[in-house]
Amino acid sequence: MHVLVFVESNQGKVKKTSHEAVAYAAGLGGTVTALALGRVEADELTALGKFGASKVLHAADDRLNQEVIQAYAHVIAQAMGHTAADVLVLANSSLGTPIAAQVAAAVDASLATNVVALPDTSSGFAVKRSIYSGKAYCWVELSKPKKVIAIRKNAAEATGSGGSAAVEAFTPEIRDEDFRIKVTGTEKATGDVLLPEAEIVVSGGRGMKGPEHWGLLEALAKELGAATGCSKPVSDMGWRPHHEHVGQTGVKVSPQLYIAVGISGAIQHLAGVNTSKYIVVINKDPDAPFFKAADYGIVGDAFEVVPRLTEAIKAARG
Amino acid sequence: MKILVCISHVPDTTSRIAFTDNNTKFDTKGVQFIIGPYDDYALARAIELKEATGATVTVLNVGLAETEPTIRKALAIGADDAIRVDAEPVDSFFVAAQIAAQAKADTYDLILMGRESIDYNSGVVHALVGAMLNVPAVSPVMKLDLDGSTVKMVREIEGGTEQVEASMPLIAGCQEPIAEWKIPNMRGIMSARTKPLKVVPPVAVESGVKLQRFELPPPKGAVKLISPDKVEELVHLLKTEAKVL
Repeated sequence: MHVLVFVESNQGKVKKTSHEAVAYAAGLGGTVTALALGRVEADELTALGKFGASKVLHAADDRLNQEVIQAYAHVIAQAMGHTAADVLVLANSSLGTPIAAQVAAAVDASLATNVVALPDTSSGFAVKRSIYSGKAYCWVELSKPKKVIAIRKNAAEATGSGGSAAVEAFTPEIRDEDFRIKVTGTEKATGDVLLPEAEIVVSGGRGMKGPEHWGLLEALAKELGAATGCSKPVSDMGWRPHHEHVGQTGVKVSPQLYIAVGISGAIQHLAGVNTSKYIVVINKDPDAPFFKAADYGIVGDAFEVVPRLTEAIKAARG
Repeated sequence: MKILVCISHVPDTTSRIAFTDNNTKFDTKGVQFIIGPYDDYALARAIELKEATGATVTVLNVGLAETEPTIRKALAIGADDAIRVDAEPVDSFFVAAQIAAQAKADTYDLILMGRESIDYNSGVVHALVGAMLNVPAVSPVMKLDLDGSTVKMVREIEGGTEQVEASMPLIAGCQEPIAEWKIPNMRGIMSARTKPLKVVPPVAVESGVKLQRFELPPPKGAVKLISPDKVEELVHLLKTEAKVL
């Protein structure tokens, strides 16, 4: 089996979720080729060998510095042909998910997104998907010879002991018609841990009483190397930007640890966090429904507990 | 201008999810069905564009007869007419192929839908329709404005936003805050009863995805409560028990 992995990058660095995609591909068995597009640092590419890639194709064309879905999908479909790939693996994201769809349509592949685990190949090729906003799973069989799999964060562990991968230049056809959607501007939080990528997320709700108190959460997040998120009312009121809104209609996260401060735990919020490995809830209301979904809880005033927790983590780190 | 809004018919966001028939069927007992929340945003924006430009708005749903109350609700909110493709929406590729077939039969300037359905959560139907029609598709779109024949949009990306633009025809997968959800008024509900709802047969599609079974996550154990004076204990548990620090 030949597996192609599309790796996403951010400011020249390969994203962690793409490391997981390479590790997932390696877990399928077979030969793994990674594909990177646009400007990516050279040592980031060779390092993909560590996660299981035997070769890296790099299409460094300047036109690919902008992440245009149609253009990327056309290049990836060509790379599948070039490497005789049976399977394409990529990370679920605002870029990866639509690309998965367009490549699947172009190469006539079976398509599954939101995949959470390695396939069951005992009879056929079945993958486990997260559905009903994290409230259930389904197993689906991918029956076509070619398959496109978009994985959710933590579907595979990005650890590996492989060596460095050989990087090869890839020069696909790039069509003007793939740039019908023009990107005219980008606003991105820089330097922070990206919320969908974060291993630890510290989120605040209405219980934080106002945007001026976010410094408390940011201090805790900084100590933990965490990203910050918020509940829907908080982004609706404009306390925090929409891209930090965690929940059913916002960002869905699956970190190792989710710390919710002053969030009651409406079912719509839980839909965005219920695939987190561990959940800590800090709320002064002992009846907050979030405690039912939590692993650890503290009933107390966020304004006292959070600074204390920040200090305790600092002390524990030494 | 003609706008097509594709809506899904999904369990209310607060529904308890359960399965029957040896975990092969969704248990609809006691479940209330709604217009997909993301699709509802797309519909609301389409109605705003209709009010501003005089566009016509057609809603489309792929589903069996049971989805008609959901379609009527979309008509009550302000859509002009509706199409129901009479088939079970088995997977994203099937649904996209049905939408593409309808859009080929009758051309639309804008095809709007939610960024994903909240049952299957695939988030790919807009992109698949785009590929099938060779029309640009953008998602998730949080702002959409018309400037002549150009559509100016704000798209959410990881950790930020991106401004994009394209000419019509165009497909967009929508999410908040593109528009405020609209609640149908009495006049809308009355007029929805007589608005045209066309039922069409599905086109044949070779599906590459077959459902084997559903599975529920294991139930969560009881929460361990820690005294607010003993946060060190929480740090200790996170380190030694959860091993996440």
